[in-house]
Amino acid sequence: MSIAEAYEGAGTLQNASTLKSEERRESLTFLGLSMPAVVTILIVVFLPIFWLSSLSFYNAAGELSLENYARIFESALYRRTFVVTFQISIVVTVICVLLGYPLCYWLTRMPDKIAAILMVFVLVPFWTSVLVRTYAWLVLLQRNGIINSSLMSLGIIDEPLQLAHNLTGSIIGMVHIMLPFLVLPLYATMRNIDGDLVRAAVGLGSSPRGAFWRVFFPMSLPGLFAGIVLVFILSLGFFVTPALLGGGRVQMLAQRIESTITVYSNWGAASALGVVLLLLALAMIWLMNRVFGLDKLFMR
Amino acid sequence: MSSNAQSLPIDISNLCKAYGSVKALDDVSLNIAAGEFLTLLGPSGSGKTTLLMALAGFVRPDGGSLKFGGREMIATPPHKRGLGMVFQSYALFPFMTVAENVAYPLKIRGVSKSDQKTQAERALDTVQLGGYGDRRITQLSGGQRQRVALARAMVFEPQIILMDEPLSALDKKLREHMQIELKALHEKLDATVVYVTHDQREALTMSDRIAVVNHGRIEQIETPERLYRQPHSFFVADFIGESISAPVNVANDRAQLGERVLKSDLPIAQGRGGHRLVIRPELLEVTAGAVPETANDLSGRVKDIIYQGDSVLVIVQHDSAGEINLRVPSNRAGQTGLPSKGEQIGLALHPEDTIIVPEHVA
Repeated sequence: MSIAEAYEGAGTLQNASTLKSEERRESLTFLGLSMPAVVTILIVVFLPIFWLSSLSFYNAAGELSLENYARIFESALYRRTFVVTFQISIVVTVICVLLGYPLCYWLTRMPDKIAAILMVFVLVPFWTSVLVRTYAWLVLLQRNGIINSSLMSLGIIDEPLQLAHNLTGSIIGMVHIMLPFLVLPLYATMRNIDGDLVRAAVGLGSSPRGAFWRVFFPMSLPGLFAGIVLVFILSLGFFVTPALLGGGRVQMLAQRIESTITVYSNWGAASALGVVLLLLALAMIWLMNRVFGLDKLFMR
Repeated sequence: MSSNAQSLPIDISNLCKAYGSVKALDDVSLNIAAGEFLTLLGPSGSGKTTLLMALAGFVRPDGGSLKFGGREMIATPPHKRGLGMVFQSYALFPFMTVAENVAYPLKIRGVSKSDQKTQAERALDTVQLGGYGDRRITQLSGGQRQRVALARAMVFEPQIILMDEPLSALDKKLREHMQIELKALHEKLDATVVYVTHDQREALTMSDRIAVVNHGRIEQIETPERLYRQPHSFFVADFIGESISAPVNVANDRAQLGERVLKSDLPIAQGRGGHRLVIRPELLEVTAGAVPETANDLSGRVKDIIYQGDSVLVIVQHDSAGEINLRVPSNRAGQTGLPSKGEQIGLALHPEDTIIVPEHVA
């Protein structure tokens, strides 16, 4: 039933066509405003992904084949790279949660002004270049670095600890870089938890500890989940820090992709690795959503 | 709801709490009888919420004593005080269903799953939300959320229930409806209720007694009717109900408005500051002829007549009291013989309605 029919019998609708064209003009304006962003995303994100992904389906001879993918699943080297990448990402995520959750909780309990100042300590490193921070860690962690020399002068250790150019160094550096990605969404979520809810739980008989686990913790889960996904996915594809602090002993996926191109000039193989990484990341997001069952929590 | 537990009296003595130099609780002493519905009424910042939070254990007083049923509770942590609480924001857990919210206090107390279910259902029935157990909090209206919060506060049959402005977020109509319902519910429950509000009408409607709180002190504690008819200070008279006032001179228990001595049956309370005559618009009587000798004569000239639906507000210019507000019903009886604007009007204030109060309590 058209609008005109709906009003039939009520006489003619005044200015109906003017109002209708006004409405059409308004929706066109909104479409026009969003177009630049949509086009930009299409050109700089989706087009390159599509193009690079398509490379993976061609072998060295330029023929269409699944050779590149077959190699990933057959080669023990590639398999190990995937396992190491996941192991490191999981460890980094777990450490970030263990450090970040108590930090955020503590921040939410501070008076607003002090919390704002303390947040600066989280944000300033966040705004500093990853490269700068990674080299700073190298200075701190190397054999004759500040940490080793102070520990030795204090007589706590006799020989320098092997802190850089290995897995330990990579993980220390990655945790430092990734922590803000966990803290920011988690802190935002925690701040929005109504203090009355925890008070209500305590007032109704929960011990402070019980109120935390039964009320505060479940309500902080959406933020924690967002932080975990960010840290984990970013860790999966992290390049700079593990490359520099790992000293070549730690080979994560991004480094493997880089060496496949710079050393072997094999764009097809590198592209296949990238596609697998992308699919794994998407699968992880989907899986985590299932495990955490967060659609329920997000529903307010 | 039937209950084995009996409501408890609350004895507060010399409770003090200061935030910096501001005294939120200034030596407050108050005895609340078992099963009483007591309202803490006051403007914002008066200390009424601080007092309630001190009862709940969320505010740690600087000193004083707080007894529930004779047992000292001042140092008991909030979760061991066994109170039912209703918050202004309802504080319902958004990730739980209605039934899970209501069963929360039972779960904490280790009640079996099946008992949790039946007791939660019974509590929901009591607040007329039977069958809503599986709904999400987000699916409920403000009034329904309020009822869930109530059900949760009483499901474990607490002997004391504290309520912090529980109706202030509701619209006027629903609020008035819930006031009547809460009052009825209190009569069914065997619990002492301490209720905080800044709405004087709500306090008058629901309470057994009202404690008027101002500047961290209890200005007056009385039954609604006595509080309205015999306020002890100008603050109480002004805060409760509608009134205008005029300064009077008091000497030897006699009050004078201008040259005229006021006739009053009510005792003149002593206190600090000058005395004032409090005139409630609905207590004035319009007289056809001269004002009788037994009453106080507040006659004047009609300055304005304002129609307000259920009543008509008449503003009268009096030579010594200034502008006096008179309220008459907008029905025919109220309108008969009412002079029009600019005319002289006879106004009688009877001795039993003549309220003379000091500025502040002693």
